Amino acid sequence: MPTSIVSTTLLDVPHHYCPGCSHGVVHRLLGDVVDALGLRQQTIGVTGGGCANFSYRYFDLDMVESPPGRAPAVATGIKRVHPDRVVFTYQGEGDLGAVGLSEIVHAGLRGEKLTVVVVNNGVLGLTGGQLSPSSLVGQSTTTTPYGRSGETQGLPLKISEWLAKLPGVAFVQRVAVHTPAHVKQAREALEEAFLFQQLGKGLGLVEVLAMCPTQWDKSPEDSRNWLADKMMAQFPVGIYKRSASK
Amino acid sequence: MSERQLMSGCQALAEGAVQAGCRHYFGFPTPPQGEILAYMARRLPEVSGIFVQAESEAAAIGMTLGGAAAGARVLTSSSGAGISLMQEGISYLCALELPCVIANVMRAGPGSGGLFPAQEDYFQAVYGGGHGDYRMPVLAPSSPQEMHDLTLEAFALADRYRNPAMILADLVVGQMQEAVQLPPRLLPLNTLPEKPWAVSGSRGRARRKLFSHASNQDDMMGRDDRLWEKYRRLEAEEVRWEVYHMEDAEWLIVAFGMMARQARQAVDQARQEGVRVGLLRPITLWPFPTRALSALANQVKGILVTELNHGQMVHDVRLAVEGRAPVQHFGWSGRLVTPPELVQKLRAWIKE
Repeated sequence: MPTSIVSTTLLDVPHHYCPGCSHGVVHRLLGDVVDALGLRQQTIGVTGGGCANFSYRYFDLDMVESPPGRAPAVATGIKRVHPDRVVFTYQGEGDLGAVGLSEIVHAGLRGEKLTVVVVNNGVLGLTGGQLSPSSLVGQSTTTTPYGRSGETQGLPLKISEWLAKLPGVAFVQRVAVHTPAHVKQAREALEEAFLFQQLGKGLGLVEVLAMCPTQWDKSPEDSRNWLADKMMAQFPVGIYKRSASK
Repeated sequence: MSERQLMSGCQALAEGAVQAGCRHYFGFPTPPQGEILAYMARRLPEVSGIFVQAESEAAAIGMTLGGAAAGARVLTSSSGAGISLMQEGISYLCALELPCVIANVMRAGPGSGGLFPAQEDYFQAVYGGGHGDYRMPVLAPSSPQEMHDLTLEAFALADRYRNPAMILADLVVGQMQEAVQLPPRLLPLNTLPEKPWAVSGSRGRARRKLFSHASNQDDMMGRDDRLWEKYRRLEAEEVRWEVYHMEDAEWLIVAFGMMARQARQAVDQARQEGVRVGLLRPITLWPFPTRALSALANQVKGILVTELNHGQMVHDVRLAVEGRAPVQHFGWSGRLVTPPELVQKLRAWIKE
């Protein structure tokens, strides 16, 4: 009985992510989807800031690092030079939702034919567990030690709801990866987001609710409960946009 | 395309990019170089190129990075605060070793400043403005013809060394209109250098990754060494400068861009009045013509550096001269230094 079934696109190398980190699952799904769609040799990935920055190590794909937040702009440059290739970004929620918010909005406004994968764990992970746009009110982080205050720090950003409003955005789905059922849904969402790019309909985005036990300072089990009980209440999974065929 | 055209500096620069095989432009219209965007928006579709007005210079430099990574010859442009926004991207472009051309048409600053003659961004261009120990070739045109010709040079340098290159112009050169001689036909795109590192999807080959993060200290130091080995090669082989009336000169003026044109007139005027002065005009501000200047330092009684700022290039002159001749700075920002003012300053110094 094989103990690991490694896809062609996902490289069989040790990774740097923490135990319990959802990046591992998302990488696996991404690799599977690229394989299933037969896109490995025509796909170019752009990595954002944060822990996702090093994802170029793990995929047998042409990949380019991007400055924090600029991944949608870098991806735009690549796609405008190679319009017949598949270009995706792999970003964290802090990268896309804070420093990179302008770039993702304008890529969406322009209707860039890109696929955006944003992994949302409600903190800035790599930099040490600070407040991020989607941190919950009351959530304790390195820079909100008394809990996020809605009054002084604002309310959480809802990426999927917000970006779905842009006419150039063709597909938006929020998923999670903390149970097998959700993982299955996440895989389908990723596949659809890549298909939307191939159909040339505009920007496709998948937001993945993710765990970060290290920066949440929680056990993996408590982390799963935080995600399932608290995060999913604020950020419901589901399809937020799916443009009809022209 | 007729061979000689009346063009502004900005238009000539844009046409130079197209002549160099640039078919992708990503930029933002911070004045005084909006003409570059207007020209590219009209011209690129004529040659099946792509023009994108980005939402900001931060996005524009990101798009430039992507286009360069994909193997295209990409032009971007801005001025002042917009160039400041691009600094992070320039640092990344240098670290990733990606070629592109960045046109910087200087305006007066700091802050909002204004659309007045200035050369205040020499330091920013030549000594990084972005983080990290990087360099890039910086070329300083002093006419619309040079805006065209040096842009062609810049694309060649960028590709040869896998590095961004900057055209550093001031708004006078950018706005002035002169006749520009254009090549009789466009460069065929299949004659451009191959890029075996560019990303395009890995069909028929191993995958490529472009990244700048170092995994450990040895990796970090190795990267640093490789970049600096390249920068030293650039310093050895790609310096460009011009001298005027230096054969018998006792005094030297050093100036770049629009100020070199003023200085040339000042040299003519001073010579008529019996002063044996000449001009050295750096064309590459980096790599700086250190050796040429150093040789001339032995010959002259003094070196007058004139630039539209309160002293930037003068520091590079002092480094080259190493105390062997007195060096003075003369200039300000906001209006041109006139040839008579330059001659007057020189003569006052000679009298001392």
